[in-house]
Amino acid sequence: MRRILGALPLLVFVALAFGIPAVAMVAGAFTVEGSPGFGNLALTLRGGYLTALGNSVKLSAVVALLGSVLGTFLAQAVVTSRSRALREAVLTASGVLANFGGVPLAFFWVATLGNSGVVSGLLGLPSGSLFTFWGLALVYLYFSVPLMVLVIAPALDGLRPQWREAAANNGATAWQYWRYVALPVLTPGLLGGVVLLFGSAFAAYATASAMGAGTVLPLVTLKIAAALSGDVQTGFENVGLALSLDMVLVAALVMAVYLPLQRRSTRWLQ
Amino acid sequence: MTALTPVAPVPETVPVTPRRRGRPRLWRAVVLALAALYFLVPLAASFWYTVHNEATGLSFAPYAELWAAEGFLPSLLLSFGLALATIVLVLLLTLPAMITVRLAAPRLRPVMEVICTLPLVVPPITLVAGVGKSLQAGGEVLAPTPFWATLIALQDQDFPLVLVFVYVILVLPFVYRSLDAGLRTMDVRTLVEAARNLGASWPHVMLRVIVPNLRTALAGAAFLTLALVLGEYTVASILGYQPFAVWIVTISGAKGQLSVAASVLSLLLTWLLLLTISGGSRDRSA
Repeated sequence: MRRILGALPLLVFVALAFGIPAVAMVAGAFTVEGSPGFGNLALTLRGGYLTALGNSVKLSAVVALLGSVLGTFLAQAVVTSRSRALREAVLTASGVLANFGGVPLAFFWVATLGNSGVVSGLLGLPSGSLFTFWGLALVYLYFSVPLMVLVIAPALDGLRPQWREAAANNGATAWQYWRYVALPVLTPGLLGGVVLLFGSAFAAYATASAMGAGTVLPLVTLKIAAALSGDVQTGFENVGLALSLDMVLVAALVMAVYLPLQRRSTRWLQ
Repeated sequence: MTALTPVAPVPETVPVTPRRRGRPRLWRAVVLALAALYFLVPLAASFWYTVHNEATGLSFAPYAELWAAEGFLPSLLLSFGLALATIVLVLLLTLPAMITVRLAAPRLRPVMEVICTLPLVVPPITLVAGVGKSLQAGGEVLAPTPFWATLIALQDQDFPLVLVFVYVILVLPFVYRSLDAGLRTMDVRTLVEAARNLGASWPHVMLRVIVPNLRTALAGAAFLTLALVLGEYTVASILGYQPFAVWIVTISGAKGQLSVAASVLSLLLTWLLLLTISGGSRDRSA
């Protein structure tokens, strides 16, 4: 017992600050009007709640796919560039922007492409263009692309020039090199990136909430917030908890895919 | 693979060289230009939005107005206070635990990894849903007991400790990774045993031996926590408190320009903090 004394405060803290809310969430999700039941969960898989869940999954999938492709191209452009300054600048900027979700991001885009935005005025965009599915995807890419750059840059750095040279010496074309050498090595990293981007877009709440996206594109996070604050109807708190449970299940699935991939992707890079 | 590693660079075949040199440059330029456009335009447009409007023309007044705006300073101070408390608490909890696992209880290591990864599985909005429910249920259960006062103290409007606790959980994975990377670079066991043999007490070992060696990792963890807590909106808004990010949204209805100005300020702040981290880590490697 004395041996683990130093670890005890952390274990107790996590048990209290994380364990109690987790238990409360699960218990609440399975409580319908005071007695145990699956009613709340069933409700979350119907009507408006199901639409919101679907919207969230669709938006996150689009952002994850686009973000990982664009992020990989950007990372490759930076990694293969001979300019050290460019590399440092892009990687540092990615570090900042990947952590820059939330409220300020929403207001930046509202000021740019919102209804009275600077650029939407110049382009003559119709009112409300930003507050659509693709508008929100554009905003989410602002933190997703940098996140992908951070995830994939080390993997691209790990592609040794010798591999390309060996492939070229054996008569491979650039396409064959990418198809049979580089991509297989990069695959775990790329998939890991896609999954990570999906998870971060799926969990995002502040940006969508500050943009007021709830009316045009209901997302599961916005529905949870509405149910918790009793905006819709009182007594819907447990439905909010059931929705939370749905989200945790999706997120757990995401991490169950991501962590092994991350471990595999580091294997080639040592 | 290693057998192929050339000492001298492999000469490229002549016909390939010009084509390869030329094409990548073009796509690289296109990619970089598009990225610059996408990432810089919103920054420039937002700045323009804050300093220019039809009525007054060019003016930096919104930034001056910000300081005087009601709630600006208290919310910013609350955010910094919460960040500071979160940093102190998370480091006090994780550092001794990680040292213990390394020195005395390696079998706890998988447990630690799971504990410090779990928060990644739980999106903040779901965590706060659980916290809200527990506070409410706790209020009903604990009302007749002395713990009632503790529960109320947790939710104090001036300094909501409950936010600090939730933030500690949310930053745990990042702090764990930063400290783990730092501890990997030093031989903890030898250092601790040497210090103990020379008669140093445990607090002395921690403060004079471990902490100085972990400076970069500790600073990285602290700054990242600071950046995350300063920008945090989800938990605070749902539990009904008003730190900086929540304040920005509160004023956005009445004063759009001010909220964008506050956003610009908050990006600059994040930028400075993270530059400090990367600057600090570069100093060490140099």
